[in-house]
Amino acid sequence: MDDPVSTADHGDADHVGDETTATEKAYWRENTRLLCSLLVVWFAASFGCGILFRDFLDQFSLGGYPLGFWFAQQGSIYIFIVLIAFYAVRMRQIERKYDLDD
Amino acid sequence: METQTLVYIFVALSFALYIGIAIWSRAGSTKDFYVAGGGVNPVVNGMATAADWMSAASFLSMAGILAFAGYDGSVYLMGWTGGYVLLALLLAPYLRKFGQFTVPDFIGTRYYSKAARVVAVICLIFISFTYIAGQMRGVGIVFSQFLQVEITMGVIIGMGIVFIYAVMGGMKGITYTQVAQYCVLIFAYTVPAFFLSFYLTDNPIPQLGLGSQLNDGSGTYVLEKLDNVLVQLGFNAYTDGSKSMIDVFCITLALMVGTAGLPHVIVRFFTVPKASDARKSAGWALVFIAALYTIAPAVGAFGMYNLINKVDDVEYAQVESFFTAWEDAGLYAWQDKNGDGVMQYRPGVAFEGKPEFTGQRGPAGERVISNTPNAESANEVYVDRDTLVLANPQIANLPGWVVALMAAGGLAAALSTAAGLLLVISSSVSHDLLKSTFTPNISAKGELLAARVAATAAIVVAGYLGIYPPGWVAQVVAFAFGLAAASLFPAIFMGIFFKGMNKEGAVAGMVSGLGFTFSYIAYFKLMNPAANTADSWLFGISPEGIGVIGMAINFAVAIGVASFTAKTPLEVRRLVDSIRIPRGAGEARTH
Repeated sequence: MDDPVSTADHGDADHVGDETTATEKAYWRENTRLLCSLLVVWFAASFGCGILFRDFLDQFSLGGYPLGFWFAQQGSIYIFIVLIAFYAVRMRQIERKYDLDD
Repeated sequence: METQTLVYIFVALSFALYIGIAIWSRAGSTKDFYVAGGGVNPVVNGMATAADWMSAASFLSMAGILAFAGYDGSVYLMGWTGGYVLLALLLAPYLRKFGQFTVPDFIGTRYYSKAARVVAVICLIFISFTYIAGQMRGVGIVFSQFLQVEITMGVIIGMGIVFIYAVMGGMKGITYTQVAQYCVLIFAYTVPAFFLSFYLTDNPIPQLGLGSQLNDGSGTYVLEKLDNVLVQLGFNAYTDGSKSMIDVFCITLALMVGTAGLPHVIVRFFTVPKASDARKSAGWALVFIAALYTIAPAVGAFGMYNLINKVDDVEYAQVESFFTAWEDAGLYAWQDKNGDGVMQYRPGVAFEGKPEFTGQRGPAGERVISNTPNAESANEVYVDRDTLVLANPQIANLPGWVVALMAAGGLAAALSTAAGLLLVISSSVSHDLLKSTFTPNISAKGELLAARVAATAAIVVAGYLGIYPPGWVAQVVAFAFGLAAASLFPAIFMGIFFKGMNKEGAVAGMVSGLGFTFSYIAYFKLMNPAANTADSWLFGISPEGIGVIGMAINFAVAIGVASFTAKTPLEVRRLVDSIRIPRGAGEARTH
């Protein structure tokens, strides 16, 4: 996620101006890695289970809900909440680790 | 007490509450007016965001859409909640760290360009007006249904209430009234749902009730029964959709990204004290939204089940009073095509268009309509989808105060969203157009006055659109999300994550994304509605989902243009570095 345009087309010379410290760079890298993994879950829960693999999942059921239908109308929403909560807590830890919290 | 009296009491009490809050929280400065002073508790802000977000459409229409669309309705459930994940992870904390007042502020500063700011203002105003006309209409409909007031009068009363707290209190007044409105609307939505769920399944929790067995002793699950009944009548199974997978995929994605790019939602995260609070607040907002959104599928399914049970294959002379009450209101109708005196509910429309009543009564006592029957369908029943939520308490024979509560809840949902939209429109005019672009020497006091004048003007325009809704309003709601997805979201996202994105790239991206999406929707919705079928769509994507392609075009054009134009100036790269780090957010910057 870091800056495909400038690294690809202008070369490293550009980064002379970017006065980020090593800590800030490490912090940002850890943040983007966390973001990517959470977005994978986000995609899998909604687009994966609720849409692309719905037909497959519908052969199982959760109470009276066909499973794919449950993901589309209930499960994905619960998973979204858990994702944001996890991100808020985890980011707090990462910020403290690099002493960059607000 | 009579239901009608209860409705008046409930609505009057809720209005008194909103006005009381408005007087208590008057805005004293531009910072109060734009971002409620920047010190709102994240949980409170989450609740206000939820009220801001859940409009008359969420409260009144969504369960109806789910009931009649079954699985296809999932696009709205996932689309309108999944966007909060994108907001919390990708936008909100950084925009809060940036710390100014509006979305065009960010785009104008990050892309060091007045042109970019003005393009953002145009997107914002277009998106917000499309949305707000529907809200004022919703206010009018609730008034006319429950208070026997003309729609015009209802809209004017609604405008008056919004005027008092939005113009006096700005964001500060809006935030605290939205908290009250959230409480009213969620209470009004959940109480009948609990009753309804208990009435059909013995389980009062609707989310569990929908996955339970019916209490009629048959041991069949609700959804199984609903699937069977619908299939027998010739409909698609409830748990199965009729839209193609690619279309469902694209609509969901366009709604999610559009949600994350809607200015009146983003601006709410400028009001919390810190960047980390913006993350928390987005999480709370989603919790409060989910309270309604996870119940809506149950309300929709139960409503559909009740409707079929109580209407299909029932003699008109024997039908329960809720049907005739809504028929009197002009929102249900029955056309006895086969002359047997029994109502048949089947797939397809019973007749063309909305019912036109002749004023006479037919042989069974029904209101006669003059519409030409649709010979291709055996369906005889017309049901306005938006009535499903409002009719539920009556169908389930709930007490009068529940009906009264629904009226207050529907008004709360419409008013809270209208106020939030008015605020972003007025601040984009006073702050982005006047202060930052055309009259930079305006005093703080003059800017606050301009904001209030702009809010007043916006209320009048919104009210006009509510009273005389242009035919295209209902047709172009897809605009708001598609345009936000194709214009604002990519510009903000790249502003934070791609340091090398420059002004040329961002402006070219926004203009091309917006232009493409606008043309596609305008072509199929306005210019050539006859061609609006899956065969002529690009890749089989309907106008509702085309924002996804618009977004892809925005990204591609922006990255392409940025790669051969001047690189971003040093101070902008430093700005991006500083918004990525949470430390030092402090106060919202005043200029």
